[in-house]
Amino acid sequence: MDFLRPDSLAEALALKAQRPDAVPIAGGTDVMVELNFDHRRPAALLDLTRVEDLRTWDVDGDSVRVGAGVPYTRIIEELGDRLPGLAMASRTVGSPQIRNRGTVGGNLGAASPAGDAHPVLLVADAVVEVASTRGTRRIAATDFYLGVKHNALEPDELITSVRLPAARAPQQFAKVGTRNAMVIAVCSFAVALHPEQRRVGAAVGSAAPTPLRASAAEEFLSGELTATGQWESPRPLLDSVKRRFGELVAEAASPIDDVRGSAAYRKHALSVLARRTLGWAWQDYPGKVA
Amino acid sequence: MRVDVTVNGERRVADDVWEGESLLFLLRERLGLPGSKNACEQGECGSCTVYLDGVPVCSCLVAAGQAHDREVRTVEGLADGERLDPVQEAFIEAGAVQCGFCTPGLVVAAHDLLARVPHPGDPEIREALAGNLCRCTGYEKILDAVRLAASKR
Ligand SMILES: Cc1cc2nc3c(=O)[nH]c(=O)nc-3n(C[C@H](O)[C@H](O)[C@H](O)COP(=O)(O)OP(=O)(O)OC[C@H]3O[C@@H](n4cnc5c(N)ncnc54)[C@H](O)[C@@H]3O)c2cc1C
Ligand code: FES
Ligand code: FES
Repeated sequence: MDFLRPDSLAEALALKAQRPDAVPIAGGTDVMVELNFDHRRPAALLDLTRVEDLRTWDVDGDSVRVGAGVPYTRIIEELGDRLPGLAMASRTVGSPQIRNRGTVGGNLGAASPAGDAHPVLLVADAVVEVASTRGTRRIAATDFYLGVKHNALEPDELITSVRLPAARAPQQFAKVGTRNAMVIAVCSFAVALHPEQRRVGAAVGSAAPTPLRASAAEEFLSGELTATGQWESPRPLLDSVKRRFGELVAEAASPIDDVRGSAAYRKHALSVLARRTLGWAWQDYPGKVA
Repeated sequence: MRVDVTVNGERRVADDVWEGESLLFLLRERLGLPGSKNACEQGECGSCTVYLDGVPVCSCLVAAGQAHDREVRTVEGLADGERLDPVQEAFIEAGAVQCGFCTPGLVVAAHDLLARVPHPGDPEIREALAGNLCRCTGYEKILDAVRLAASKR
């Protein structure tokens, strides 16, 4: 096995072009488990932790560029105000030790349907930036997840960052698990209000082969809020509206029965998560269209 | 490959390191530092917790090569010569050690918490130790130890 240790993004991309079989390693919280248990024996590891460009974030106009290698702990501490949904999801990942190492780039690289960053990236209109020696591409999060643990990355590409609009209205994330720390989501849900577009984003995790947007639920609620003039003057949401939203979210999912939960339980739990998180987000919505 | 790493303030060099091995293996089997424990090798138990460049991590999930040119501090590096760190003393005093397998990881995690938050509340203590499992104590004595260490600061 080779251990490749690039010091710059250019060097990392050149190495990945020469060695498309090299497995990138950032926080290692997925890769090392596979190595320790002999589930994977790659020809080479490509260590990304020395590439400074991947470990920084910056504000670019209305959007925030988060380097693929910024650990969750730093997202929580440094970006909670600009990216509240991503920070909330980051808080639920693993344990402090896991959050100190694990990264959004690694979550995207692994592309597990249960990854906690995914629903939030979907509702916050995130764009995944990937690069190779051939150039860079921007892939909408909605087009990034192709199948179970399968993403849109080409063998010579690396994920360099995610780009998200700075939040102008409430966002929420919640997940179901057997305890607070260290749980892989049984199911998860994110919601984001986009008053400037009079639109609601809703997405589910761990309840289908890929994380996905609940489009019918988004359209129903966006239409309802617009028709009743509530983007300008919000009122407490009717129970019937919250319930319908929850039902449509559950219908968007196509979960399986597994050790963590049955398909029926996941659908039920999703409808509850959807109602609750919507309630929390709406409670915090001040009603001014940004 | 060769890995050159500063451990507990001392420059250490290891040769013939396998590219896929963990920092935990490097520390225990090549550098003779068995303080950090190997229990799960999958990030679940925290018994292998060490500081890497000042940040607590599961050393079983760090590739040895990723620690090259970096600074590691293990549980062996917390005491000042024969004088134990206050966190270590508090674990003994509070009876927070039974079989002791989880102790090194818990001590490092608690040490980090108190360095960041000198007087943590119970929710903060629980949150900070959420990545460390103990099969023996039921955690109450461990919480006592952290409270005791905080009160002595
Ligand atoms: C104990 C434990 C608890 C966990 N709990 C959670 C949890 O609650 N929620 C959750 O979502 N996940 C959890 N995970 C999984 C893991 O921590 C996350 O998926 C994390 O985001 C992975 O990030 P990393 O930097 O450690 O990835 P790595 O392990 O370094 O890499 C993961 C994958 O992404 C690829 N990769 C990494 N960076 C790049 C890049 N820049 N470009 C291209 N490919 C790249 C790697 O080749 C690999 O295939 C847990 C893991 C452990 C061990
Ligand atoms: S041995 Fe590393 S977390 Fe259990
Ligand atoms: S004292 Fe035995 S595992 Fe904690």
